[in-house]
This record gives sequence, C-alpha cells and structure tokens, in this order.
Amino acid sequence: MDRFTGSDLLCIRGERMVFTGLDFEVSAGGALILVGPNGSGKSSLLRLMARLLKPVAGGMAWNSEDVSDDPDAHNARLHYVGHMDAVKPVLSVAENVRFWAGLRPNGQADPVAATARALETFGISHLADIPGRFLSAGQRRRVNLARIVASPAPLWLLDEPTTALDKQAIASLEGAIIEHQRGGGMVVLATHAAIEAQTPSVLDLGDFEMAEVA
Amino acid sequence: MDRFIRLVGRDLRLAQRHGFDSLLVVVFFVIAVVLFPFGVGPEPNILARIAAGIIWVAALLASMLSLERLLQADYEDGSLELLVLSPVTLEVIVLAKILAHWLTTGLPLIIAAPLLAVLLNMNVEGFAILILALLLGTPTLSLMGAVGAGLILGSRRGGVLLSLLVLPLYIPVLIFGVGAVDAAIAGFAFKAQILILAGLFLGTLALCPWATAAAIRQALE
Repeated sequence: MDRFTGSDLLCIRGERMVFTGLDFEVSAGGALILVGPNGSGKSSLLRLMARLLKPVAGGMAWNSEDVSDDPDAHNARLHYVGHMDAVKPVLSVAENVRFWAGLRPNGQADPVAATARALETFGISHLADIPGRFLSAGQRRRVNLARIVASPAPLWLLDEPTTALDKQAIASLEGAIIEHQRGGGMVVLATHAAIEAQTPSVLDLGDFEMAEVA
Repeated sequence: MDRFIRLVGRDLRLAQRHGFDSLLVVVFFVIAVVLFPFGVGPEPNILARIAAGIIWVAALLASMLSLERLLQADYEDGSLELLVLSPVTLEVIVLAKILAHWLTTGLPLIIAAPLLAVLLNMNVEGFAILILALLLGTPTLSLMGAVGAGLILGSRRGGVLLSLLVLPLYIPVLIFGVGAVDAAIAGFAFKAQILILAGLFLGTLALCPWATAAAIRQALE
C-alpha cells in the first residue's frame, strides 16, 4: 500500500519561519485536511509536497523512497490545484483539459473520452467548445478540477479547491474525492470550508508555529 | 517525443489564436528596416553597404520584442506551475517552447528578409548567405532570449530589463552574422563565420534550456 510521508519539515518564507518540526503521513485511500489560520503555511506545505518549494530541513518520502531522488516520477503521481486556474483564454474548455491530460504518461489511451467524462463530472459538458476567456471564476475552477479528474494520479494536492465554487460544484468535488479515495488515491486538502472526505485526518498547522520571541 | 510535439503544438495553437501578436513581430521588422532609407538617404551605394547590418539589427530587436511573452503569460495564469509539475522534464518543456517561439517569430523574419534585402539594394551575392546566417542565428537568439525571459519572471517592467540582459548577449551573433554576409558580397571566404554561428547555435542549444529551467524553478519558489 502506498504511503506518502514527511518528517521534521522546516519551511522559511522571506526570513520568517512558517512552520518547524512538522511531520505528516498519508496512505492510500486516506485524506489529510490542513487547517490553520491565514499565514500558518497551508499553501506552503502543499507547495513543499509538490516540490515547488524546497524544505530548509527535513525530507519527504513515497513508500520510504526519498521524493527528491526522482522528481519526474514524483510529478507523475501528483496533481496540484493552486490558487490560479491555468485556463488559457484562447483555448476551448475541452482543449484546455485535453492538453494537460495528454502530458501524462499514465493517462488513458483516449484523452478525448477521458476529457468528456471529466467535464461531465463537474457539469460543464455544455461549455466544452467555449473559449476560456468567456468563463466565470467558478467555471474556470471547475475546468481546473476537471483537469485532475481527466488523468489519474494517486496523490491530489488541493489548495482551497472550493474557491468560487457553488454548492452543486462542491458536491461534485466531494464525489470526485471520495471516488478517488475508493480507487486507492490520497488527498491532501487545505480548506476553510467543510469538505466531506472518507476517513479524514486533520493537521492543524497552528501547532507547528514558532513561539513568538518577545 | 509525442509529448514534445504536443507542447510545441499547444504553443503554436496559442500563437495562431492570438493571430495578430506574432504578425506584429514581422511588421515591426519590416518597418524598422524601411525607416533606414529615410534616415540615411536613398543613396543606393550607401544602403547596399549597410544592408546586412540593418537587417541583422532589426532582426535582433524584432525577435527580442516577443520574448517577454514567452514565459510571462504562462507564469501569470498558473500554467507554468503546472508545466513544472508535469511528468515531462522541464528542460524538454523549455526546448519545446523555444522551438515554438522560433517557428512563430524567427522563421517569418527569415522569409521577410530577402524582400527587405532587395529594398536596401543589397548585392545579390549575399542573399543565400544572409538566409543561411539567419537560419543559424535566429534560433540562437530565441535560445539566449529564453534565459532572459526566465530571469525576468515575476519582476515588474520586465520588458526593459529583458532587453538590458539579452541584447549584450546578442552581440556575437550580430558580428558573425553580418561578417558572413559582407564577406560573401566582397567575394571572400565566409566559411569561418558560418561555422562560428553554427557553434554558437549548438553551444546555446546545449546550455540555454538548462539555464532557463533553473531560472523558472527559482521564479516559482
């Protein structure tokens, strides 16, 4: 069974220590929910997990194999949803999703069908041929989420995925997350909204802040 | 390889949908060259003497004009982050973007160059060498420029900074590009200049994708 672990992580942003001595563990089918006040390092931790940031100290391992040994293999097993939706204004919704699905080696043989299914999941099939520039913020977010459903990857790193989403879309997202977990996938989620996931464990980043030095 | 083509195809499609943007580069090139006869006077001998230099300088400026958007657009909408996180090696992604940049800017310049050479009364002996030198030189410009485009990510007023970073690096290409054409027109051997241009191209081909990838990783931290 796959396990993704981090130990003794230290993150410094702009000479400020964000968190220190942080450990985490997610295993196949599990969910880790990051909570904590603004600025407590939820996004930084997700970016560390994606290796967009390098930890100042500590390390992360996938099945006890250091993730920095093979960065491309780590990239192949993760999907990251950040603050920006990466929807190209001049490409249609389907073209946007299909491009990202096609870049992944473990994608389905047929990216067109996978894209259609992913758009269906988030209720945006009717927008398939609409260029990205005509989408609302919520619709753009749905396209971004459809991107991660269109090609399978075991690890989802979601940073405030519910931003701009309506109730119905949040329900679709919860459905997608539970489906993903049933298939043995793992989710790490930073959120202020209540999102349903199976057997979630909660990591409060407020616990890892350095005590203020007077 | 399949994914490399996909990446190039995406950038070409984006350029095609933006339509006018890539056309602008060629239009700038043509206008910049056409300004010279007005500035130095319509004396055919003078124009013929400086034709190669004018065309090369205008080509440098035109290819630099479009560099700012090479990575900036993807950086601003978050696509660059996802490209870095895709299982394709970042250096390969950068190379694909550079190839697409050259196809949409360098290649049209090469096509427009002979026309402008006629306009400037350039000696016919130099035409073939001009095109050969541009074929070797413009990809070098795109490669070097990509490093600059990576370094300015996230800075305000990046365009001006980019020209300060990149234009000095373009000087060797300019010297040997013009040198090859002038030598051909004067009837001298031009092999050495062409070989140096080819060497510059291969050198930048080996180095610049790495440097650009490192700059991108730095910018995303």
